[in-house]
Amino acid sequence: MNAFLDMGGYAAFVWPTWGLSFAALAGLVVHAVLERRAAQTALRRLEEDEA
Amino acid sequence: MLSYFSNPQRFDQLARTLIPIFAVLALGLLAVGVYLSFFASPPDYQQGETIRIMYVHVPAAYMAMALYAALAAASFVYFVWRHALADAAAEVIAPIGAVFTVLALFTGSLWGKPMWGAWWEWDARMTSVLVLLLVYLGYMALRAALEDAQQAARTGAILAMAGIINLVIVKFSVDWWSSLHQPASVIRLDGPTIHSSQLWPLAIMALGYSFLAGWLILYRLRSQALRRRVRTLQRQREQAARAREEAVS
Repeated sequence: MNAFLDMGGYAAFVWPTWGLSFAALAGLVVHAVLERRAAQTALRRLEEDEA
Repeated sequence: MLSYFSNPQRFDQLARTLIPIFAVLALGLLAVGVYLSFFASPPDYQQGETIRIMYVHVPAAYMAMALYAALAAASFVYFVWRHALADAAAEVIAPIGAVFTVLALFTGSLWGKPMWGAWWEWDARMTSVLVLLLVYLGYMALRAALEDAQQAARTGAILAMAGIINLVIVKFSVDWWSSLHQPASVIRLDGPTIHSSQLWPLAIMALGYSFLAGWLILYRLRSQALRRRVRTLQRQREQAARAREEAVS
């Protein structure tokens, strides 16, 4: 397990690379979901005003 | 077929069907890709374990370029046929492409340090990818700066189409100039030159990234449609309010 985490001495480069990639992809997905919720809320508020 | 799906209702239906499919494919492929990248592929005979950086670096760089090609294509379709959907796609694609470009630059840097001894080098490949990021950011800034939506769409489309020249430079930079960066080893005329034990994890990860990007684009396009409806409703309401004021006075 330790040998795996050590990545042949390159742990300081391999793990940040994967961590950064995961964070960026997750960030894109979270942003997309929040953006959709905000749009839905804005539309609902406008339509409620109408009624 | 393109014009068939350019109808907003039909497109929405198609997007609704594709979004969950893309989500499942992206998650599945990325899960398999992570497994292959760490457990089913050997360390490189020259680069050792840093080869595992390739499995996220190359897909990010590939998406940075593919999304720019998509941005330019959507811009072209909007410019020639004035399809609102093509413009919406261009607007939605740009920030996603910019994120993948940042990712390609940073993961490249984290790979460059242990293998080349430098975080950064002003050589042709790295510089042209940095320019790609600046083109993405310039496109987004231009759209944000122009108040009139139609003017923003049209001016943005011209910038996006002109920027395609840089994409060509990125692709061939490693052949035209001597670069620290290695030449193409996957997408080349005589076929890939990397071993299948490394090609498989790379291909699966790249496919996972592609479906994730597809998911993001479709999902954000549906939100975009909602936002455009909000804007239309607001404008109608403002006009109605103004008409009422005028009637009173």
